[in-house]
Parts: sequence; structure tokens; C-alpha cells
Amino acid sequence: MKPPAFDYCRPDDLEEVLELLARHGEEASLLAGGQSLVAMLNLRLTRPRVLIDISRLEPLRRLERRGGALEVGAGVTQAALAESLRDSEDSPLLKLALPWVGHYQTRSRGTICGSLAHADPSAELPLCLAALGGSLRLGSARGERELSAEDFQLGPLTTARAPDEMILAARFPLPRPGQGVAFREIARRHGDFAIVALAAIAEGEEIRLAVAGVADRPAVRGWHHEEATLEEALNAFAWDLEGYDDMHASARYRRDLVRRLGRSVIEEARACRS
Amino acid sequence: MPILKAGSKSEIGFHLNGRAVIGSAEPRMLLSDFLRHEIGAYGTHVGCEHGVCGACTVQIDGQPQRACLTLAVQVEGRSVETVEGLAGPEGRLSVLQEAFRANFAVQCGYCTAGILMSVEAFLRDCPEPTEEQIRDLLSGHLCRCTGYTNIVCAVKAAAAAAAAEKT
Amino acid sequence: MAQAVGESMLRVEDPALLTGTARFADDLPVAAGTLYAVVVRSSEAHAEILTLDTAEALAMPGVEAVITGEEVARISDPLLAAVKRPEGYCLAIGRLRYVGEPLAIVVARSRYEAEDAAELVRLETRPLPPLLDPVAAAEEGAAAIHPEVGSNVVHDRRFRYGDPEAVLGAADRVIEMTVDYPRVLPCPIEGYVVVADYRAGDGIYDVLANFQGPYGLHTVMARALRVPGNRLRLRTPPCSGGSFGAKLAIFTNIVMMCLASRVTGKPVKWVEDRLEHLVASGSGPNRVTRLRAAVTGEGVVEALELDQLEDYGAWMRAPMPGPLYRMHGASSGAYRLRHLAIRNRVVLTNKVPASLVRGFGGPQLYFALERLMQRIAVELALDPLEVVRRNLIPAGSFPYRAPAGALYDSGDYQAAVERAVEEGGLAELRRRRVEARAAGRLYGIGFAAVVEPGMSNMGYLSTLLSPEQRARSGPKDGAIASATVEIDATGSVSVTADSVPQGQGHRTVLAQIVGEVLGLPPEDIAVAAEHDTGREAWSVAAGNYSSRFAGATASAAHLAATRLRDRMARLASQKLNAEPEQLVFEGGRIFARGNPDNAAAFYRVAGSLHWSPGSLPEGMPPSLRETAHWSPPELAPPTEADEINTSLTYGFVFDFCGVEIDRSTGRLTIDRYVTMHDAGRLLHPAIAEGQIVGSYVQALGASLYEDYAYGSDGSLLAGTFADYLLPTAPEVRDPLVLHLETPSPFTRLGAKGLGEGNNMSTPVCIANAVADALDLAEVRLPITEDRINAWLSGAEPPRPERPGAAARATPERRARPAALSGRNSYLIAADRAAVWKRLLDPDALAAVIPGCRRFEQQGERRYLAEAVVRVGPIRGAFTARLELCDLEEPESLRILGEAQGALGAARGEGRLLLVEEGAGTRIDYQYDIDLSGKISSVGSRLLEGASGLLIRQFLAGFARQLETAEGPGAAPAGRSPWRRLLARLGLGR
Repeated sequence: MKPPAFDYCRPDDLEEVLELLARHGEEASLLAGGQSLVAMLNLRLTRPRVLIDISRLEPLRRLERRGGALEVGAGVTQAALAESLRDSEDSPLLKLALPWVGHYQTRSRGTICGSLAHADPSAELPLCLAALGGSLRLGSARGERELSAEDFQLGPLTTARAPDEMILAARFPLPRPGQGVAFREIARRHGDFAIVALAAIAEGEEIRLAVAGVADRPAVRGWHHEEATLEEALNAFAWDLEGYDDMHASARYRRDLVRRLGRSVIEEARACRS
Repeated sequence: MPILKAGSKSEIGFHLNGRAVIGSAEPRMLLSDFLRHEIGAYGTHVGCEHGVCGACTVQIDGQPQRACLTLAVQVEGRSVETVEGLAGPEGRLSVLQEAFRANFAVQCGYCTAGILMSVEAFLRDCPEPTEEQIRDLLSGHLCRCTGYTNIVCAVKAAAAAAAAEKT
Repeated sequence: MAQAVGESMLRVEDPALLTGTARFADDLPVAAGTLYAVVVRSSEAHAEILTLDTAEALAMPGVEAVITGEEVARISDPLLAAVKRPEGYCLAIGRLRYVGEPLAIVVARSRYEAEDAAELVRLETRPLPPLLDPVAAAEEGAAAIHPEVGSNVVHDRRFRYGDPEAVLGAADRVIEMTVDYPRVLPCPIEGYVVVADYRAGDGIYDVLANFQGPYGLHTVMARALRVPGNRLRLRTPPCSGGSFGAKLAIFTNIVMMCLASRVTGKPVKWVEDRLEHLVASGSGPNRVTRLRAAVTGEGVVEALELDQLEDYGAWMRAPMPGPLYRMHGASSGAYRLRHLAIRNRVVLTNKVPASLVRGFGGPQLYFALERLMQRIAVELALDPLEVVRRNLIPAGSFPYRAPAGALYDSGDYQAAVERAVEEGGLAELRRRRVEARAAGRLYGIGFAAVVEPGMSNMGYLSTLLSPEQRARSGPKDGAIASATVEIDATGSVSVTADSVPQGQGHRTVLAQIVGEVLGLPPEDIAVAAEHDTGREAWSVAAGNYSSRFAGATASAAHLAATRLRDRMARLASQKLNAEPEQLVFEGGRIFARGNPDNAAAFYRVAGSLHWSPGSLPEGMPPSLRETAHWSPPELAPPTEADEINTSLTYGFVFDFCGVEIDRSTGRLTIDRYVTMHDAGRLLHPAIAEGQIVGSYVQALGASLYEDYAYGSDGSLLAGTFADYLLPTAPEVRDPLVLHLETPSPFTRLGAKGLGEGNNMSTPVCIANAVADALDLAEVRLPITEDRINAWLSGAEPPRPERPGAAARATPERRARPAALSGRNSYLIAADRAAVWKRLLDPDALAAVIPGCRRFEQQGERRYLAEAVVRVGPIRGAFTARLELCDLEEPESLRILGEAQGALGAARGEGRLLLVEEGAGTRIDYQYDIDLSGKISSVGSRLLEGASGLLIRQFLAGFARQLETAEGPGAAPAGRSPWRRLLARLGLGR
């Protein structure tokens, strides 16, 4: 389990990164935290010709409130974000979800944007970004653009990032007054990828429910809350996700979890509306 | 900007347990292989090479990290701490190491180095952990011998001993 | 300070392990010029090898050799096993029979380069249908995976003790059930390491490997290598990172690396990686057991019939079928029934060859026996604990001869049960169950009583032979343990023994035993764990397995130390003018009992022998080195009536637990787990406790998390630690461990083997609790949330009816975990003839294969394609062969395809039906694709995503091409064909 051979570059600034990406495109991979990338290299599932190490680029470690969102730079680790949220109200949902992302030993290096770029259909961070209706800032030598979470993650491990682009930052909308959030995850073991992970956001009588681990990417649905139709709405959502069997769980179990835990996260989110 | 070509070795200078060392590696060499087979620091063990088992956990600039998910070239100029650096002068066991011994938290000892490196960092962040926090921390490690019970006891004991030392 | 035998002294192993200075196999220096090996493995479960091309791999930089099965057959012999046929070599020849089977060895200057080259070994195969289900494989007429053997059932024997047919025939009640025990991995965190050096000048294979024994396997290796035993020198490292049975199956790899060294003329090192460990190191065998029990109205079992069908995978590797016979003498478990019928069958399937796993046959047996006891209680409306009690072997009947021949050395099962019930708080759990059920919650209590064998009789496997065959081949029995104690001229003591520890703390316990006998502090005793067949004493039973240490090696060490003490006493008696029998060894001094002032220093007495052998007492050898060999007489060979005392010691384990199950998630929580052990005298209570808890947590894994699952195509699904789920700390509820000590009369220190008991008791104890909680008759392992949910949940709320969504053709898409299959329709705005034509146009096909680099026609409707397939960052080069067949112009055709690449293999077929619809054509298609190899075993969680995407890419390309060529198509405007396709496959939004 040794990686195939590749060139390694450690650009000194962002311009160099974008220049390298422009030059190498699909042949290049960005190395930020490496928690997914190096594992895939060791398994020889991926074989870039060039590895561009962005882990030392100070400007990418920016973490700030900007334009109604918490903007998380490409170099911000999961541990750093968790630490910054410890005494802050900038993202109650991320605060709930981050302890479920990998382990203490991987959060120290794994980045927020790296997880979004990896686009695992069961991962918590893409779920949170989708639930909150967040977005990503992508940059390339051609310029910058912003994509919504929905437009960004297209399928399993598949995103709308062009080969010469990189994620500059992820934008998680700041909580609005009166919002309540809840998060729940069922995984085989602590720290495993989710069989089903759910995030609910309640605002007034509006509900947004996001589900990971069932479809090929996080799915979000919003509706006006009515107790009488909740069961029906959850059942429809559960079926519409078109989940599948894998070795850890059946599609049926996943649907059951969406129906049952969907209700409980919604209730929890509604209960904590401020 | 450093550009290292595939297949060619370059020198990597870093601090290992407080001492400056230099080794050479091609870009694809994993830090776990580099520490063990280039530097000769065999205390760090390799268990899965895909980041799950935690046996190869070391600290880089004080942060616990998987050496198997780190390239050797990435530690250029960094400080790496491994199990070899935990004991005091003349091999005197640290409080943490003593706690592992006293609580029979070691059986085959293969996963132990990684666990010690995690716990050492963790207790700095969280000096008075609850059992739940300890188990959560340990979830990043696989131990197939002990069933974890004695490791949990050892971490508790180490935290208590460190607290007692302070007062 | 705790030091004496029976006290928990600090382990002598720990300082080195805690400071990173301990040395494991991969830490030891190797000779300059040592080469590194990578094993190329089958990604197919069953296939004929057509061509195996190593030229490209051989041409890679740094590569010195690529060795194939044919070369191996020239320079080595097959690996012997107790079941003589099939006979196989260490590499596959001609046919592949399981995913992970070694088919070539690449040897290069570095592991990195060897892995580069291994990807370039080219293989062409013809697939054969895989056989995975043991029952189907055992059926008459099933295709034999070894055609030369003729049947997949390679062993079938029946045994009877007492008069089981008569008792069953006359019984009040006959209770029957069938249980399955799954495959489980031992999975140590350190994998295999082999360094082999063929020294041509001496004709010696010199090997360092973290092998665990038994050294009976040494004979198998030497035979395969065509050398006498003394030309295979096998050394083990000072430390070994766990084994749990795994490090026995390394032996085939030792043979491989020896041959690689011989071929290259250089030392060869191989370090197994985790992927190959998971896929190919060997798992425990799965067993299907059919039970019939004659039971009285009070729940007393009077006769038992066990029909055991055990699946050993593709090959019989020594010492298989051990798990089927290791428990044989004790097949009646902890119960006093006297009439027993057993049928043992060994079946071969396309799975990894079975090997040792902690528990070795016990988990399979007790899962059947103890599930039966629970069923008896349910069917007779009795309390399960009461059923256990009524059947236990009475106290006072030990040593007890079980019907199949086991001689249970000691015990008091009733006392153990009653103490456990009392101290473990069973009454409280019963209360909690009442409360939980009253509140509508799901709570169950389970029990298990097992007899835990220790130190196997080396003759037990010969029970598989008929008495006549045994008479011809000569008796097999006993189990020789050996240990050497040496006192040097300074009086310091060194010990070596044949136990090959992998973390059990044997060095500590040996130091305690020898220190106590010689009156020295144990920390002063140097115990070397490394073992060298060229230098140390060993025999066929040497090694670390069958919980033999506390009974066997400890006895040998005690015997060696005692002999040396006696010799020292004779020496000292001259100086002290006292009878040797009167002398006491204590605190580094030797003195006469009652007169501690008349003393000699231990080191002086030792020095006197080394420095003045001329003044030794008459007849005393000039040596303070003693090697003791110990074999207990109780381990007799099988009798003519097939009675066999399979083990020397028989501990007793009684467990109970309370579990609660959450209705909404199916999650099981262990409320309390109590495990009572009688392992005789405990030599080191903390180490014993560590073994028990470790065994319990491994069993927790087998019960709840670990699923060594094969897809229906024979691919292994759990190929990484992200899918083969070992328990981690948060999953563990610490057990309450209780002890009773009834010393064994058959071992020198009264100790029994321990450390495997919970592997046997815990899975069935938890299963019984789940059966109780959910009122189930059948419980399958592992008990996952998903399974619990399936047991719990009734009919599912139906898919909502949607106007316009009626014709949806995508059902539950995947019935089988490893296979991708589906059906759908596609509308094309072109007439049928045009669509047909395009389908048969090779250039058109070439254009739709994603990442196609080369495409050529290889015959009528046969094509070869090379393509680089990408899914997100995943990328793999594949060579694909496609064939169009069953052409019914212009209506239907079939596409057969297979692809091979470094990421694995894909094989499948698609059927296309062209239907005229309006002015256009509707293509109804369905496909079934199996994926094996890395892509399947590494990415099973993402399989639907990652590999599903491959086929969708192909289909999307095809659709795109048809539409661009044939017009705008039927899809709504503004959406890419890609998105459309996803939507049609039910994946888009």
C-alpha cells in the first residue's frame, strides 16, 4: 500500500497554486489535510502526476464572518473550526456535527474544504453546507466564482470543480435569529461514515431537513411544518432519496431512519428555536 | 517554490523529538516509512496505511497525526514527536507511560505508541477528561488485545497523577 | 511489591514497549541488498488462468524477479494437510479459486517499486461460476471447485457415543434447530512479516518471521521446500504484535518468500499490508450446524445430534480442519448428557482458506449448543437459566469423562453459576427487564455456559481418520512443551521457552515462575521470547495457540527450574552441611530451613559449578542449563471408539448479560455483561483479566460489528478497516469479570488455559439476549442495527403514489451487495434501424467507452478496449473485452463484457431490446455487473457510487452519442444528457 510516484510542489502563494492548476489540470491533486487523498494514494485509487501542497499557505487559514456567512478558508482544519466555535454562536449546526467528523487524530489535519471537495455522500460537512444552503468560493487563474452547495456536489466523489480550480473557501450562512438546529447521525461505530446523518433547521414554521448517507449526495427538502402531514412528508422524502443496500445497511433501514430520526431532529430543531 | 520530481530523492530536515535530523526521501515516501526505515525510529508502528488504525500516530508541531497519511516531504522544517521522545532522562517513564504500565494497558504493545502520542496531546487540551471523552479520543485507535478497559483506566490515572503533581 | 506467582507483578515487557525500543519483526535490521516482495493476488473468486504475462512487470526499474505458480511447481512441492486432497502449492497454478489467492510474487529493490511492477502483471482468465454457499457446494452434483477431487465435500465422518438414535427415538420431545456461525477474522494490528534468506552454500533456508506455531507446520514448510527439517531455520522476533490465531497462516507465505530468495539469490523481505491481510490472511471457517436434542419435560437434554458442515474455503491448509475436531471430545459442552451423535463434514468453496481464530472451533460449537439451550427454555416455557442448571455436570464428578472422550480436569460449575448470579446481580437485570417491558421498551437477558479447552492434544486431528487408518499410521497423542533455564557463572538466570508470545506477557509469568523456584526476584530473570529452531528446544506442539501457555509451557519452565534448583541444592548442601531437601531458596540466598544464618549466596553456589567442575558431587553433570520437555499423559490418542481427550485442561465460563434495543434505530446497548471464569489457579490475575477482557471485546466484534462478507460473485466486501469493523473504545461496555479457582490436577501449577473463553461464550450470550428481547427463534451474526431493524419492523410505509410517476421501472436496485444491476428504458428520436446500426458500429462503441485509449476489433463482434476510467479522483486503467451476441436484428442483442485492471475486475452483461415507439425507438435495457478486486473490497461502501458511476458513464456516453447523431432526442431541453441519465437511473434530483 504505497503511493504511485508523483511530483510534489509546495507553492509559496496562491497565485502559484492557480498557475500550477492551470498547467496540470486533471493531472494535479491538491494536498491540504491529506486525510482522504493520501489514503486514496496508498490504495492507488488515485494517481495524480503532480501533488500541490497547499497545507502551508497561511492566507487559506482565514476564518471570518463575511457577508452573512462564516467563511472557512481552504486551509482551516476541522479541529481549528471546532476550537473557534467552542465559545461562539456562529454555527450551532457545525458545532453539533464536527465531533462526528472522523476522529480527534484526523480532525487535527483534515480540512473543512477538503471534506467538501472529496464529496463523500455520507460525510457530515457536505451535509451541513447543504442544509444551511451554503456555498463555495472557487478560484482559478481564470478568476473566481461562487457555487451553491447544491450546484457544487454532483454525485459520489464528484463535484463541479473544474480541473484548474480550487476551493478557496466554504461559506456557511450565519444563524438567523429564531432558528433552531439539530443534528443526528447513525454510524456503525463512533467516527465511521454515516449510514444516515440528518440535519434539521427550523425557522418559524418552516423546516429544512437534510440527509446524508442515503442518496449519492446530501439531499435537502424544505416544507411548512404541519404535524398532521409530517409523517407523509418524511415518508415521501425517504423514498425519493432512492437509497441503496450496501454491506452496512439496507435501503429499507435507511428509509426507516429517515422517517423516524427525521421526525426527532425536526422536533429537536423546533424545540430549540430561540 | 520547492518542486520535487517523482523518483528522485531530496533532503528533508526536521526536528525529531527535539533534535535536528536530516534524511532523504522521494516525494511519495510516507512519513511512517521515512521515520522507520530512513531515520531508524522504529517506535512508530504501521498497522493499516489507510488512516484508520492509529498505530502510526505521531505529533507534528504538537498535533497528533497519522504518519501513514503524511508524506515525508511534508515534515520539512517541522517538529515531529514520536514515542521515543516521551520518556525522561535515562529512560525514566513519563507519568503517562507509568500509568499504562501500572494499569496493564499494554499487551502486545503494537498499537501503544500511537495511543500514547494521541493521549499525550489530548491531555494537554483536556487535562480532566471524562470517561466518555477518553473513549471518544480512543476511537481513533484500534487495539485488538486489551479491549480498551485498561487503556481507559490508564488515561484516567495519568490525568489524575498529572493533576496531583500540579497541586 | 507483587511478585509471586499468583500476584500481578508489573510486566517486564512494558518498559521497552512504552518507550518505542521494543523490536518487532519489521524493526530488525536486514542484510544490505535485501529485496522486497509484493504478492500479486487474484481479484476473481473462480476462474481459469488463460495467460499470465509478467514481461512488462519484469521490465520495470528495480525489479529482479517475477515468480509464478509454474516456477513454484518446479522448485517446490505441495503443502501437506490432514485432508490429503486437494493438494496445492503456495501460488495458484492454472486456476484461481478465491479473491486474494496469490498468483505471482514480484521481487524488487524496494516495496514501492515492487508495487509499481505488480500492477503490470497481466492476466487473462476465463470465469467460472463461484460457489460460496456451503450447503449448495455440498450438494450432490455441485460443480467441484477442484475437479480432480470430484466433490466439494472432502471429508465426511459420523460418530456416535452412547445410544443417541434410541434415546432420540423414544424422547418426549425432540427439539431441532439450524444455526449459522459466520466467518470472523483474528486481525492483529501487526500483519505478517517474513525475511527469507536461502544460503545456497549451506543449502539452508534461514527465515525470520512473526510465526506463532505450531511448529508441526515446520514439517509442512520443509517438505514443500524439499529440504530436511534441519535445513529450514525459523527464527521469531522478540516482539510480535498480536495474533489471535492469524500468525499461523503465515506459513504459506514463508514458503513463498523462501522460494523468492532461492530464485533471486538474495534475502527477500515481505511485509504484508492491511489490504492483503483482510482479503487473504485467512478467516475462521463458517459453520452450519443442524441440531436435534432429545429433551425431557423438565428441560433435561438426554441425547444430542450435531450435524456440522464447515466451510474451509478454497484449500485445506494445515492444521485444518482443526476447528471441527479441536472441541470434539468436549462436544457435549458443560452438560451431562451421555448420548451423542456427530456428523462432521468439510466443504470447500471459493473463499479464502480458513485458518486459526481465537476460540478455534469453540465459537461455532457453543453458538449451536447454547442457542439450543435457550430454545429449549422457550419451547418448554422454562427459565433459560433453570435449563442450564438442570443440565450442568454435577459438582464432585471431576475428573469427568465426557461421552466423546474429553477428561474435564476439575471444576464446580454449580458454584460458578451461583456466584455469578449473586455477584453479577442477575436479580437486578431481571427487575430491569420487567420495568423496561412494562414501559414498552425492548430488553433481553442471555446466558451461556461453556467449557473452555486449553492445550490441545496433538493427536486430536487424527480423530478424523477411521480407527483402521489410525492403526496404520500409528498413534498421535500428547503435546510436548519445552523450556530452558540457565544459570551463568555470576548466578544470573536466563530463560527461553517454546511459547512464542504475541503480547500475552509470557516473559513476565516465566520470570515469576523461575524466580519463585530459585528464590530470586523475577525482574532479575532474563526471559528471551525470540525463538530459533536451529538453537532452541522445540517440538511439534511448540508455539502460541490453544491456550497452551499456562498449562504447558509454564509447567515445562517450572520443571526445568525445579531440576536446576535441585542441582543447586545438592551443590549447596556440601557447603552448608545440610540435606538438599532441607534447603530453602529465598532472596538470592540458599539456607537450611529453620536456620537462615547458615546460608550461601545463590551466585556463589552457581559460580562454584562453573569455576570448579572438578569438585562436583558424584554423578552431577557440569552444567547449570536445564531443558525440560513436558507432555501430559492424560493426552491419550483416540480410542477405537473414537473417544478423544482433545485438550488437557477444561476451564468453565458462565456468562450472562442484559441488552436493551432501541426501537427507532435498532441499536443494541449492553446494559451489563457478567463473565465468570474458572481457569484453575491464576498465575497472574491482571494478565488473566486482560486476556478475558480482550477475548470478550473480540467476541463483541464478532457479535455486533465484524462482517467478513462476500458478495454473491465471491468478491470480498470488507476490504479495509473502514468496512471490516473492529470494535473501538466507545463501543465497549466493560464486562464484570469474576473468578473461581479450582486448580487443575494435571498441570504443574494448577493453571488452566484461558483467553479464548469469551470468544466462545459471548457471541451466543448476546444472541440469546437478543432472542429474548425480540422473541426470535433465529439470530444471525453479526447482530447489526440493520438486522435488528429488519427483525423488528413490520410492513414498510409504501412509496407514495405520484401522478405521472407510474411507469417507473427502477425497483429496489440492488439485491446483491457486490453486484450492480438494474433495468430502464431510453427513448431516442430515431428510427429503429438507425439505432440498431449504430449499436453495431465499432467506431460508435469506441467513442462511448469513457477514457478509451485503444479499441480494436478482435473477431466477429468481439472487441478489445483499453480505457482509463475516472470517478471523481479515482482513476484506473482497464483492459476490457466486449462481445455482442444473440443478435436478433433489429430487435435485441446481448453485450457481454469483462474488464481487468489494477483496481480489480468487472464482468457483466447487458441486454438491449429495441421497441418502436411513435417515430422513435425505445431501448429497454437491463444490466448485471459484478465487480471484484480492490474496487469492490476497498470501496464497498462507495460501490454504488464509485463503480456505479462507471456504468452510468458508459450509458451516458452511449445516450449522448445516439442523441447527437440521431437528433435532439426525447429529453427535456436545458438538461445535460448526463443529468438526464442520472434522473432516469433514479439518482438525479
